[in-house]
Amino acid sequence: MDDVMLITGARKGIGRYLAEYYVQRGYVVEGCSRKAPDWTLEGYTHHCVDVTDEVQVRDMLNNIRKRHGRLDITLNNAGIASMNHAMLTPMSVAQKIISTNFLGTFLMCRESAKLMAKNKFGRIVNFSTIAVPLQLEGEALYASAKSAVETLTRILAREFAELGITSNAIGPTPIPTDLIRAVPQEKMDALIDRLAIRRPGCFEDVSNVVDFFISRASDSVTGQVLYLGGVS
Amino acid sequence: MDLTRSLELIIANVQELLAESDEQIHLAPGELNETTRLVGQQGILTSLELVTLLFNVEQTISDELNTVVTLADERAMSQEKSPFRTIGSLAQYVDTLLTEASSHG
Repeated sequence: MDDVMLITGARKGIGRYLAEYYVQRGYVVEGCSRKAPDWTLEGYTHHCVDVTDEVQVRDMLNNIRKRHGRLDITLNNAGIASMNHAMLTPMSVAQKIISTNFLGTFLMCRESAKLMAKNKFGRIVNFSTIAVPLQLEGEALYASAKSAVETLTRILAREFAELGITSNAIGPTPIPTDLIRAVPQEKMDALIDRLAIRRPGCFEDVSNVVDFFISRASDSVTGQVLYLGGVS
Repeated sequence: MDLTRSLELIIANVQELLAESDEQIHLAPGELNETTRLVGQQGILTSLELVTLLFNVEQTISDELNTVVTLADERAMSQEKSPFRTIGSLAQYVDTLLTEASSHG
């Protein structure tokens, strides 16, 4: 039976690319985002779900369980960014960033693990950012939320190990998507200068690492955060 | 789903978990009843098995009643006496949540 994969934030950007990439590779792909996508794909099912809404997330996982009886892989790609000086960051924005990036990831991990535990197999891949190790100015809230995602990833690796579920995270370099649309070019150039591999990230960089994390052979790879671009 | 059905489904799920368990706990089917301790001293389940039991029960409720309940909710966690301590207390807690869900729904 084909593996069932769930991708959050699948409407656009990296999420959409991953949905298309894994459908092509024979996975049954389920995805979610708050708004409906303007595209369809055979082998892909979309759910209009806010990852911070517990009832919506549980309903989606229930729906997946009833249709497929299993979930093998969850890619927690959904995220929002707001680049701003800490002193200019409104509380409402701070709460939204923590809620979507961190609590949304937690909720998806928790509910996914319940379904994965049935088969004593699961692969969870969370999304961090190189802004964590680089401690980028202007990303205090975003990087802090992702830092929390990294700690969550490591602790879940231990808590879920007995269930046959691995938990890892990827920290991509900036990829030209909507998430970083508002970042000025000179800031991007300065950031890329700090990488060992001096180029912007691309979608293939991400799927390469995800392929490694979700491989059946990676059953002893857990609690790891892998940064791209030579950042450590 | 009445209290008797809640008890039945909890006992069936506990039996299934014990059958898969590495621990050497031998209980005849009739030996599981309302007073059987699930966790703590003399508890028959590991903490991981309790977690599995809770979401198996949640899933059965969802399948049979199309109702989503969360057993490990804030109220359960904050009670002085855990509702998960015995098969009977868990069944009672399921019954309470279902009664509340039907009165809200």
